[in-house]
Amino acid sequence: MFTRKLARLLVAGLLSTTTIGGAVAADSPNLGTPLTPADLAAWDTSILPDGRGLPAGSGTAAQGAPVYAQKCAVCHGENGKGGSASALLPGRPISSINGGERTIGNFWPVSTTLFDYIRRAMPWQAPKTLTNDEVYALTAYLLVLNKIIGEGEVMNAETLPKVKMPNRDGFIVRFPGKI
Amino acid sequence: MPAAGNGLLDRRTFMRGGAAFAAAITGYGISKNATAQPLANDPWSLTQGATTPPYEQRSRYESKVTRTLTNPKGEARVQNARTPLQLSQGTLTPNGLHFVVAQSGAPDIDPAKHRLVIHGMVKQPLMFTLDTLARYPTVSRMAFIECGGNSAPMFSPQPIQANLQALHGMVSCSEWSGVLLSTLLAEAGVDPKATWLIAEGADAPTLTRSVPLKKALDDAMIALYQNGERLMPANGYPMRLLLPGWEGNMSIKWLRRIFVTDTPGMTFPESKTYAQLLPNGKAYQFYFIEEVKSFITHPSPGHVMNGPGYYEISGLAYSGEGCIKRVMVSADGGQSWAQAELQKPVQDKAFTRFRLPWRWDGGPAILQSRAWDDAGNVQPTRAEFVALRGELKAPLPPTAFPNQHFNGITSWAIDAQGEVKHVYA
Repeated sequence: MFTRKLARLLVAGLLSTTTIGGAVAADSPNLGTPLTPADLAAWDTSILPDGRGLPAGSGTAAQGAPVYAQKCAVCHGENGKGGSASALLPGRPISSINGGERTIGNFWPVSTTLFDYIRRAMPWQAPKTLTNDEVYALTAYLLVLNKIIGEGEVMNAETLPKVKMPNRDGFIVRFPGKI
Repeated sequence: MPAAGNGLLDRRTFMRGGAAFAAAITGYGISKNATAQPLANDPWSLTQGATTPPYEQRSRYESKVTRTLTNPKGEARVQNARTPLQLSQGTLTPNGLHFVVAQSGAPDIDPAKHRLVIHGMVKQPLMFTLDTLARYPTVSRMAFIECGGNSAPMFSPQPIQANLQALHGMVSCSEWSGVLLSTLLAEAGVDPKATWLIAEGADAPTLTRSVPLKKALDDAMIALYQNGERLMPANGYPMRLLLPGWEGNMSIKWLRRIFVTDTPGMTFPESKTYAQLLPNGKAYQFYFIEEVKSFITHPSPGHVMNGPGYYEISGLAYSGEGCIKRVMVSADGGQSWAQAELQKPVQDKAFTRFRLPWRWDGGPAILQSRAWDDAGNVQPTRAEFVALRGELKAPLPPTAFPNQHFNGITSWAIDAQGEVKHVYA
């Protein structure tokens, strides 16, 4: 009786490791091709709020201004005031559901979103063509426009995650039990 | 057999049959069109029909049953296509009518070159092709997908006069077939400290959303087929993530990468568009679930009441938290309610069709439906919803959706002329 129960527990334990991500189940198809970090480099672009994933490179608002004028103003307007695409200026503080446009300055909770999104999605007609230095410079330019950092501050993998966004405490997790 | 005020009949009326009811319904069942004319053979009964094509299109008489588009020329902004729910029956959405929200159009992906990568906090990063996934155990399930912004016009202070497609058309339901994400994650070997993943599409902005690992291991699917055929290009061909019952934007289309990690990425969509403003200026984030909801599709604005008499009230109910347990229908603006019949089988996180016979007396009526799910959630009235989430100061264009996740009750008023209008009641 005892041994049978023990055997059952052992089997249950083995099954749980195979499904929760320990050893791979022997009867799973296992048809995936193993990848190395070098294989992944071009796609491995996710930036986390604590700065993990940020690449080498740096930029300032002064370096970002000409890039913005050349590649971004056509949709986002001169100095970020908006055009066919969203304004990038801070906008009015949001105090109700009639709050108007949600911008970097009045809404976005973390700073790393700028680098992540600009690098993957912009400029709209030619995404993923900016250098990392250009992305840092544009990030700095937009943070200065939104009065979140000073004119001369350099944005890089060290400094960007430390930038505190004005609306960082403006959020409530809707379904904490699902996380 | 009356079941509630203003002519609502018992849902079991037709299942029971019975002479008494048959007699009662007959008086209303005589259609105006049935006035007797001698029958004749129509032209199509006197000649051979069309050749069967390799892939059949609908009858030319159905060509007006289409999605409505917000950006038909594909300008550099989001494209929305809404499903004509007021012209459909049952619970499945045909693939060509499934709603679409596309930030940058549908990419033209060569399925032979598409790759799905799983990496990050795993023992062994892995890459899968469509061919390799075809050899994995296949699962099929019904699931609705709803845009978080569906029903946004309901935040307007006055009822927007638009049809069901404009008000609630960004939800659709399909049978999806594919491979459980948990199977692939197990093969990669997830680090016990991992809690989230970031899913990424292969479209121009390589759109990303963060998904709790709990959901990924529960019922997330790499969907490869939609209603028996490969996915439509605008719905993620050749593969999409399917998170049953959750905000549509999270079910990443054209899926190419799963990055396993221990924190949400705070990607652009979850940092801006898909956070929900509250009346005090704060915002809900991670509003994953499409909550219990229902609306009447028949009749609805645009339908014509063809004189007093018998009609079937019919609609759709669904919940991102389980199965629909009960739908109640009112014809008197919520004063009295009758239970509707649910089309079987009722499935988890899928459309449930409800139906109820109704004898319209030709007078004013306000039709409403209200749904309950088996997780214990009840669809709020519009007033209850607004008390929590607020109401806009000015009406919203039906195509905008700055405020989202409306799941309150929808009301249709029918006047003595038989016109169906959207009202708040």
